[in-house]
This record gives sequence, structure tokens and C-alpha cells, in this order.
Amino acid sequence: MNLFNIIEEIEKIDPDFSDKVNPRRAAIKNITSFGSKVAMAAVPFALGTMIKRAVAQTSTPSVVDILNYALTLEFLEAKFYANAVDKAGFIPAAIHPYYQTIADDESKHVEFLIAVIKSVGGTPVTSPTFDFSAGGGTGKGPLGNSVYTDLATFQKVAVAFEDTGVRAYKGQAENILANKTAAGADLYKTVLTAALSIHAVEARHASATRQLIGVTPWIISTTAKGNDTGVSLVDGNYDGEQNVIQGGVDVTTLKNASGGSTSVSVATASFDEPLSMDAVLKLLVGSFIVK
Amino acid sequence: MKTESQESISGANMARRSFLRYAGVGVASVGLLAAASCTKDHPVIVNPTKGIDIGATGDLAILNYAYALEQLEAAFYTQVVLTPYSGITDNEKALLTSIRDHEILHREFFKAALGANAIPALTVDFTSINFTNRAATLGAAKAFEDTGVKAYDGAGYLIGGGAYLTLAGKIVSVEARHAALISNLITPGSFAASDQVDANGLNLSASIADVLKIANTYLKTKVSASNYSYVAA
Repeated sequence: MNLFNIIEEIEKIDPDFSDKVNPRRAAIKNITSFGSKVAMAAVPFALGTMIKRAVAQTSTPSVVDILNYALTLEFLEAKFYANAVDKAGFIPAAIHPYYQTIADDESKHVEFLIAVIKSVGGTPVTSPTFDFSAGGGTGKGPLGNSVYTDLATFQKVAVAFEDTGVRAYKGQAENILANKTAAGADLYKTVLTAALSIHAVEARHASATRQLIGVTPWIISTTAKGNDTGVSLVDGNYDGEQNVIQGGVDVTTLKNASGGSTSVSVATASFDEPLSMDAVLKLLVGSFIVK
Repeated sequence: MKTESQESISGANMARRSFLRYAGVGVASVGLLAAASCTKDHPVIVNPTKGIDIGATGDLAILNYAYALEQLEAAFYTQVVLTPYSGITDNEKALLTSIRDHEILHREFFKAALGANAIPALTVDFTSINFTNRAATLGAAKAFEDTGVKAYDGAGYLIGGGAYLTLAGKIVSVEARHAALISNLITPGSFAASDQVDANGLNLSASIADVLKIANTYLKTKVSASNYSYVAA
């Protein structure tokens, strides 16, 4: 018996089945471990439970919802950098051009996303109010006023925003795919490619901002902890980066340059992990984004 | 020194079976990608004179396309680390070694995940790259990374499976991190310069045909994508 034939059979009834199941890594992991752990007779029953769980997931957001979510994050980043690069004497001349480049890119992303949302007949959200003390509007959050008075704090927040931005865009790729039929082939191609292209630019920013604070351009997690920035306040932004299971393969079992097994640091640095819309909004709304 | 090295870049001459045993990867755990074709043959065309073709349209073709690019990158950085350019700093060497490790893992990942559907190991040809020279080596590294990012961004819409799309996303952002670093090593502050990022702040993307045309200049084993409008010259 072949489990994957079952999936093909289900797909004949529910063409979206794979899309519903595949994104759930846990579900996939369950499929693969069933093969070895569960008696074959029990499989159909167990699979049925798993399917119910996958299908019960909430409906995917529309293309406009996704673009407005992206726009919200870009508003945050654009404002965050604009405040800093425009504050005379705050960022030293030697590194100011780095942050100016990023500030310019983020404001271009804002304008681009507004244009795309309008072009598909949607209504762009307006910019939320921000609180860069991370106080949710009180102005008295854990960062106080240090983001724009202490360069190191600004730089570390920049890293967290960029790494989180990369995760946020990555987390929407499958949601955009789920809109493929509704959007039509051309619009789908345009929107997905644009999202991937912004995603790559955010990763370039992440790399550069990390270099500027003296950490590696890529995220090196340990088994216990995704966050490698040394700022425990943003642990949640990196949670999950410690994952080493990719496409059902534990990549630490794969061979490295010298023929040995791959270390957790290489395994985690080689793959960036997505973050769901809910998870990202939970991290930002009520702290940096005022409700 | 121009290297004449044309090693078989999937490295191991190990048979796939013994590789899997070695890696401790059971059939079930490599199943995700292999599963897509469990009941279908994926005809990867191997022609000794014309090289290889990524095969019929579909996710396996796109994943093999990625596998080909990762093979190329892994082989490139393996050579960079083996014969460091003159004047390389300790920091540069450490960073380039890390990139090598990431690219090797990407290559090994695709190889394991594609299983029997994987294209064979490609033979590279780096005779055009002067590995002793910093500018030449980093220039080539920039070309590989930028091309890699453009390739993933440009092929994303061709992927049908959500899990595969996310996997591509997990890898492309790491490639973009590499690209930004290499760019900064060549020209500080050029991590998102206009040669790679357009007026809207979007990274450039490229078609399979455009990417393979470039990749094939570094490959002895030419890679074609006849079902995606590209056949190697």
C-alpha cells in the first residue's frame, strides 16, 4: 500500500487537498512517521483524522488581504528607518548610506504595494500608528526612547525587523498560491513574483543589518533557540528558526563538506523559516503597532 | 592559477542507496518530494552528447533546476575554499567557508529529497575563473549568488505544490543573504544596488532560459529545459 496514492485519490475528490495538507509540516511529518510506526491497517483511520484537522484550517486570506498585510509591515519599516536616517547626527556618516538605502527601499515597497492593491481593485490600508518604545501606544514600552537615542538599540531593532520581514513574506507564499485559481494565471504570476522579489530584498537588508552589528549575515540557531542576536526581547521573532526538518528530511543527517554529518548551525543557517500572519501580527500589534 | 578541476560535484561516488544508508535517511523520510511522482515516471533525459534535461513540466523539473544550480554553487565555493585567493582575510575565509557549507547542504538536500528523480551529478568547468585573484573570485561569487536569487524568484510561480514553494522560499532568502554579503565585500554598501534591485525596490528575477544560459558557461554537463523553452547550445 502506498500512502501517497491515498493522497492522490483524495485529490480527485478535493483538488485542494494537497494545498491544505502540505503547508502543515506537522501533518507531513505525521504521514512519514506513520509508515514506520503505525500498523498499516490503522493508517486509513489515522489519516482520516489528520485530514479533518487539515481541512478544518481557517480559509486562506485573499490576495488583497495579503498585500495589505505586507503593506502594514512596510509602513512600519519605512517609518522606523525614515525617523532614524532623517535625525541629524544620529547615524554616523560611515554607515548612514546603508540605512538610507534600506529606508528608500522600504518606502518604495509602500508605494509599490499601494499601487498593486489599487490595480487589483482593492483598498490599501492606511498607515497604523507606531510606538517605537514597543509600548503599544503608551510610549513607555521596554525600549523607552532608546531606538532613536542609542545607535546600538536602533541597529538591533533593525535586524529583528528585517529577519521578521523575511519570515513574514515567506509565510505568505503558500497563501498567494492558494489564490492562484481565483486570481488567474497572469495576476498570480505577477503577485507571487513581486512578493518573492520583495522577500529577497528584505533578505538582502537582513544580511546587511546583521553585518553592521557584527553577527553573521545568516541566522545561526541552536537546537534550543532560534534567536542568535543576543537580544532576548526578540526571541519570539526567531522562534522556529531552529527547525532542521526540511521536506521531511532531517538535514543534519546529510553529509557536510568533509563527509561527516551536518551541524545544527549549518543546518539552521542554510534554511530560513516562515512565520504565519497571526504570529507576526501577535509580535507587532500592541507593541510597535498601536492597536 | 586557473584551476582545471572538473570534479564530479555531487562529490560522492557513493551509490544512492549506500548514501541513504550512510545518512540514516529512511525511505519514508525522503518521501516528500519523491512522493509527488510515486506513481509517475519523471523522465529526466540524459543524453551523453547533449547533456541533461530537467524533464517534463512540473515541480520535479523545477526542483531539479534548483538542484543543478545548487550543484554549481557548491562546486564553486568548494574550489574557493580549496584554493583561497591571495590576500584573503581570516574573516573572508570563514564567511566563504560558511557559504560553501550552506550550498553543499542545499545540494545534498535536493539530492536526498528528489531521490530517484534527481538529475545526475553535473561536471563543472571553472577554467574561466581565476581563483587566485580576489576580484575575479568575488566577481564570480556575486554572479552565482545574484543569478541564484533571480532564478528562484523567477521560477517560483512555476511551482505547483505549496510545500515546495515554501522550501524554495526558505532557500532563496539564504541565497539573498549571501548575495548581499558578497556584494558588500566587493563594494561596501552595495547590498541592494540598482544592478539587482529595480526602481520599485524589487529584486530582479530571471527566466529558466536566461539562468541556464549563464549556468551552462560553467558546466561541462550542459543542462537544458526543453519544456521551458530552453535547449543548451
